[in-house]
Amino acid sequence: MLHDLSIGALADLLGRGKLSSVELTRHFLGRIERYDPALNSLITATADQALAAAADADRRLQRGESGPLLGIPLIHKDIFCTEGVRTSCGSRMLDNFVAPYDATVVERLRAAGGVMLGKANMDEFAMGSSNETSYYGPVKNPWDTSKVPGGSSGGSAAATAARLAPYATGTDTGGSIRQPAALTGVTGIKPTYGRVSRYGIVAFASSLDQAGVFARSAADAATVLQAMAGFDPRDSTSVDVPVPDYGAALAQTLAGLKIGLLAEFFDGLEARNVALIEAALAVYRSLGAETVDVSLPHLPLSVPTYYVVAPAECSSNLSRFDGVRFGYRCEAPKDLMDLYKRSRGEGFGPEVKRRIMTGTYVLSAGYFDAYYLKAQKARQLITDEFRAAFTQVDLLLGPTTPTPAFALGAKVDDPITMYLNDIYTIGANLAGLPGLSMPCGTIDGLPMGLQLIGPHFAEARVLNAAHQYQLATDWHLRAPRGYE
Amino acid sequence: MADWEVVIGLEIHAQLATRSKIFSGAATAYGAPPNSQASLVDLAYPGVLPVLNAEAVRMAVKFGLAIGAKVAERSIFARKNYFYPDLPKGYQISQYEHPVVEQGSLAIVLDDGVVKTVGITRAHLEEDAGKSLHEGLAHASGIDLNRAGTPLLEIVSEPDMRSAKEAVAYMKKVHTLVRYLEICDGNMQEGSFRCDANVSVRRRGQQKFGTRAEIKNLNSFRFVEKAIQYEVARQIELIESGGKVVQETRLYDSDKHETRSMRSKEEANDYRYFPDPDLLPLEIDPAFIAEVRSTLPELPDEKAARFATQFGLSPYDAGVLSASRELGAYFEAVVAAVGAANAKLAANWVMGELSSALNRDGLEIGASRVAPSALAGLLARILDATISGKIAKEVFESMWAEGSDADAIIAAKGLKQITDGGAIEAVIVQIIAANPKQLAEYRAGNDKLFRFFVGQVMKATQGKANPAQVDDLLKQKLS
Repeated sequence: MLHDLSIGALADLLGRGKLSSVELTRHFLGRIERYDPALNSLITATADQALAAAADADRRLQRGESGPLLGIPLIHKDIFCTEGVRTSCGSRMLDNFVAPYDATVVERLRAAGGVMLGKANMDEFAMGSSNETSYYGPVKNPWDTSKVPGGSSGGSAAATAARLAPYATGTDTGGSIRQPAALTGVTGIKPTYGRVSRYGIVAFASSLDQAGVFARSAADAATVLQAMAGFDPRDSTSVDVPVPDYGAALAQTLAGLKIGLLAEFFDGLEARNVALIEAALAVYRSLGAETVDVSLPHLPLSVPTYYVVAPAECSSNLSRFDGVRFGYRCEAPKDLMDLYKRSRGEGFGPEVKRRIMTGTYVLSAGYFDAYYLKAQKARQLITDEFRAAFTQVDLLLGPTTPTPAFALGAKVDDPITMYLNDIYTIGANLAGLPGLSMPCGTIDGLPMGLQLIGPHFAEARVLNAAHQYQLATDWHLRAPRGYE
Repeated sequence: MADWEVVIGLEIHAQLATRSKIFSGAATAYGAPPNSQASLVDLAYPGVLPVLNAEAVRMAVKFGLAIGAKVAERSIFARKNYFYPDLPKGYQISQYEHPVVEQGSLAIVLDDGVVKTVGITRAHLEEDAGKSLHEGLAHASGIDLNRAGTPLLEIVSEPDMRSAKEAVAYMKKVHTLVRYLEICDGNMQEGSFRCDANVSVRRRGQQKFGTRAEIKNLNSFRFVEKAIQYEVARQIELIESGGKVVQETRLYDSDKHETRSMRSKEEANDYRYFPDPDLLPLEIDPAFIAEVRSTLPELPDEKAARFATQFGLSPYDAGVLSASRELGAYFEAVVAAVGAANAKLAANWVMGELSSALNRDGLEIGASRVAPSALAGLLARILDATISGKIAKEVFESMWAEGSDADAIIAAKGLKQITDGGAIEAVIVQIIAANPKQLAEYRAGNDKLFRFFVGQVMKATQGKANPAQVDDLLKQKLS
């Protein structure tokens, strides 16, 4: 079936004229129509625009143009600004917001011939680990619709897992690509901070946010990242480092690859999770890699550090949503203060408010040093320890999440437990490192993720290691039942 | 009042003369229709990001070098968080802990000629906010974001000034400097150059500073002087009547010439400053600083010193003529034509007739209706005794009105000076004959009448007689 084919295979069919982009687009639109009412993975479907873009791609193909993504459909997380199509960021605050411009990622994928099928559901303003904070309702996990798909990019993950699109974009601030990729059995990569432009991404925590990809394989993810990555003068934090040929690096041998095992990742890890990782390590050893034990003593501070830094930045980033220029405005404000209070009070959901309040608190006079400044110091220590570890090893390997997908509603009232979902993913964000999650087995019939973390700008190495694992295994090929 | 010492520090906001805004590509021109110069970045649309304007950095560095300050190799942009409708992001991007310029100074000349050094603690880059418009709108406020994101250099002085006059002298000095450097147009009416004044008083001899009040947004030298004078009197009166000055922000009412409380320290916002994660630390390498240094013009103090030594001008004259680059250039062009030996004459004319004509017509020196070469042409006729200084003023007025040169006017109006001794003598003989009474009184010892005879001769010659010759010949004939 078309939806089982890799991006490479689809591009080949399109290039040889065996398939048109319009046909392919109709196929996926049909799947969205059929499956998404139950999954709720999309906030906005853009069928008409998709068919027009597909027709345009077909014209380009007919003119002899070619490209690895030309005519291939995709779904954007609803955090990327898309000109003319609502960008809600999962919030009532932006329910009526139509951006007058395209994010750099959107612009680049459009230029590459990508055909946008719609905008994916997500936790409100990317704040959440279960996709339950969305104003548009939770996304269901295609492996078990009583379970969450993870978050915040839950819609992108579920749509990719359910084969509603060959790939989807996401953003990862504390694990928002890797955690839902793990819980839905797909491959997700968060690149190095600065590798992909943040221009046009509704900001959550500016020093941590990074855009990435959900796909069904590392090879597909490499193809998409190739088109997304690169310096953007509109983002002062994007880095002007050449983008290597990710596809070409995939085939490299892993012989001699040094894989670091973080003591802190295995401390208290559930036995079944340990067993999955041991099995993955056996595969890597068979491919010629060796393992080295390493330790990052300050890594356990990741979660508290993150929950100071990220809220601090978000409390400031979300100040622009004041009911004055765009977005939600309360009815009949009495005065300016009433306009602010009610627009924000009614426009934001509880998790967003919790983080704005936390962030405001940690930046306040008298608390700044004890919280924000201390968190920055901890962040620096963690970053330094990662750097030191990468003088000994080429990659770090560990779990993506402590557990498989949990039940909808199970943790929604317990923020601390919810925050601990990101215990293994946050470190890479704090240090700005590239991280990837891919399926490595199941627990209770639900997919589990294996996480690879590389040094800064080592996306090629991370993708190479993931691809070699996927050549040797078939976890990534498994589809949730009913979506084959 | 004599028991009290006044302590003043100024925070000057100079709008940098960049073409585009500090973090966006929108234009900065003044007076455009509301919100026609506000880009998505200025409007703080979701997803947009700031990109620093390199030209603003160059201008800040220029200023730093001109005040002998340290230019920081690494400075940091921070967010100052507060809600206001004219602040679209809900925070202002400014520099807080690590400004781009630190520890400079400027010298000012006080009325008694004493030179005083005013310390400049820091100068930092920041963005301006927009404007709220309340007039002409019922039950609503308008917001114009054209000004939002305009680059500002905030120049913070030490509390070194001891009177309103010193504060004004310092502010004028900074005003002169930023225009010399061409980093600010200095237009105070449009708000391109404005200041906040921190004012406190303490008893003479007391070490500790008194509690200060900050007077916001003063946009003329006169307002600075009046507002400080009012505030000083208010604080002294308050303390002397048993009250206490509270730390607060005050507004100056330019109609009533008084300051009013705006908000107290307790009501002040907690701005929750933190480094802006959207902007990398600003790193300035020594090569860039050297390059900027090489573009610095001759600075006002340097020019004044040169004028004093090169042309023998008084410090006052040298100061006036170097008050702007254009005026200095005008003066030097005149001197180049008439010769350095006649610089004093050139100075008197530029500061006298020319300045009053410019003031009268509200023109800048660059728009003078008499060009330097034309003024030099006029001075040349004084120097070669073709006309007297008095006639020259008349010629100047015609030059100003008609735009023609001195020689043409002298010829057309027949103003050429009479230097023919015989002709002057003939007139003198007539005048003496016609005024026997005055002659008798003069000869009886009323010396004052000498000026009467001079006046009569000049009147008879329509002012064209050479004054020195008139004096000499009159003395001979009257004795």
